[in-house]
Amino acid sequence: MEISNLTKKRIKEGLKENSRFDGRDLLEHREIEIETGISENAEGSARVKFGKTEVIVGVKLGLATPYPDSPDEGTLKTVMELLPLSSPEFEPGPPRIQAIEISRIIDRGIRESGFIDFKKLCIEEGEKVYEVYLDIFSINNDGNLLDAGFLGALAAFKDARMPEYDAEEEKIIYENKTDKTFPLTDIMPFNITFYKIGDNFIIDPVTEEEEASESRISLGLTEDKEKIKINSIQKGKEGTMTEEELSQMIDASVKKFKELKKEFDKKVK
Amino acid sequence: MAKIKRSDGREFDEPREMEAKVGIIDKADGSAMFRFGKTIAIASVFGPKIFHPQHKQDPSTGVLRCNYDLLTFSVPDRKRPGPSRRSHEVSKVTEWALAPVVNLEKYPNTVVDVHIKIIQANASTRCAGINAAALALANAGISMKELVSSVAVGKLDKDLVVDLTKEEEDFVEGEGATDIPFAFLSKSKEISLFQMDGKISPEELKETIKLGKEASEKVYEVQKNALKNIKE
Repeated sequence: MEISNLTKKRIKEGLKENSRFDGRDLLEHREIEIETGISENAEGSARVKFGKTEVIVGVKLGLATPYPDSPDEGTLKTVMELLPLSSPEFEPGPPRIQAIEISRIIDRGIRESGFIDFKKLCIEEGEKVYEVYLDIFSINNDGNLLDAGFLGALAAFKDARMPEYDAEEEKIIYENKTDKTFPLTDIMPFNITFYKIGDNFIIDPVTEEEEASESRISLGLTEDKEKIKINSIQKGKEGTMTEEELSQMIDASVKKFKELKKEFDKKVK
Repeated sequence: MAKIKRSDGREFDEPREMEAKVGIIDKADGSAMFRFGKTIAIASVFGPKIFHPQHKQDPSTGVLRCNYDLLTFSVPDRKRPGPSRRSHEVSKVTEWALAPVVNLEKYPNTVVDVHIKIIQANASTRCAGINAAALALANAGISMKELVSSVAVGKLDKDLVVDLTKEEEDFVEGEGATDIPFAFLSKSKEISLFQMDGKISPEELKETIKLGKEASEKVYEVQKNALKNIKE
């Protein structure tokens, strides 16, 4: 969305006084809603809302031959679709760079964290493994689809149950869902994206703020035995950042990670 | 603690041998090659030229358009021709890494095309591509505030090292390998590219920024020399 220079200026001036259009603090998240099991034919599914922003996420399984460098591990394919129904900005057609970038950031954050136990998705080493399709769709874009999609992915994986596998026929019987949960570890990643507007940083922007930002940085974090690690990073947009600013954001991300994890654990059992 | 050297004999903070050449493609408005060890990138620049289709023109500024890709034979498993999702992303982050230094507002309604091809890949291809592209932009005589110098910093198990090779990138022992490509503006030292996948603590991450900054100085020296030694 092309917002006017006047709106940009007002956003910038507001941030200098620590104020945002919706009255939030600079590093305050909107209300988060998480609902799982929203589509029964998916192995796992979830709907996540950050304020008015809404995404739905589904996990499906397929069969594939493993990659030669990881013959005993399942594979993951992540696709984010920015549906035209969710924003006047999105148009039909093959995925554009915005959608590709979000898919890849989410894919990286989840893959690198060790959240999915890929070894347990192997059926026959070197021959047959499960292929995991993580599909994320925007339903309403009011900013921060990236972090919303990431959280939705976590919820959908938590919700997922393995379908029955017919070893003789070598196929998945999708109708017969078992009670077996999807193989996950305790290491759960969260993604926090900071947006730089003027000299200020905010999280969870609405579309106008997203549009007004000069640069952004996404940090994917995990906690393993009380130790915080960073697993994925992406700096986006044309603006630059200084070393000091990055250091500040790394520290802030650790704090936000803990808050987000607490909230997620409360909302998804 | 006695310092162990890396498999190719380099110090931890030592980038691979670098080479840069400016003006390698006669037909282009600007061109350059940049090499980190076995990784070779070439870049050519066309423009500023009138942006078609016309509705894409911006009367307030020119547009920088980068196109990065691997040549099919540059990697062990042949890369399928045509852009992949990966190359789309790398093209975009390359654009973002370079745009802050280009005075695009001086060229309204135009596009500056930057084409980057990797001839031989051995890790850090996007960094080599950005370094080559920065030189090609300068060679094309496009108004720039400063140069951009890009280098990757990584972590092998617990050691922070500069400019990983493919062999090091595939390291799996201990905490495995982490790769963090950076781009620094040459004078202001602001960061215009920052990506990562792997596993690293917040403290180590801050340390990598320092290492990257120092290594980018070395890249900058190589780039500067190349610009001074253009053969006509």
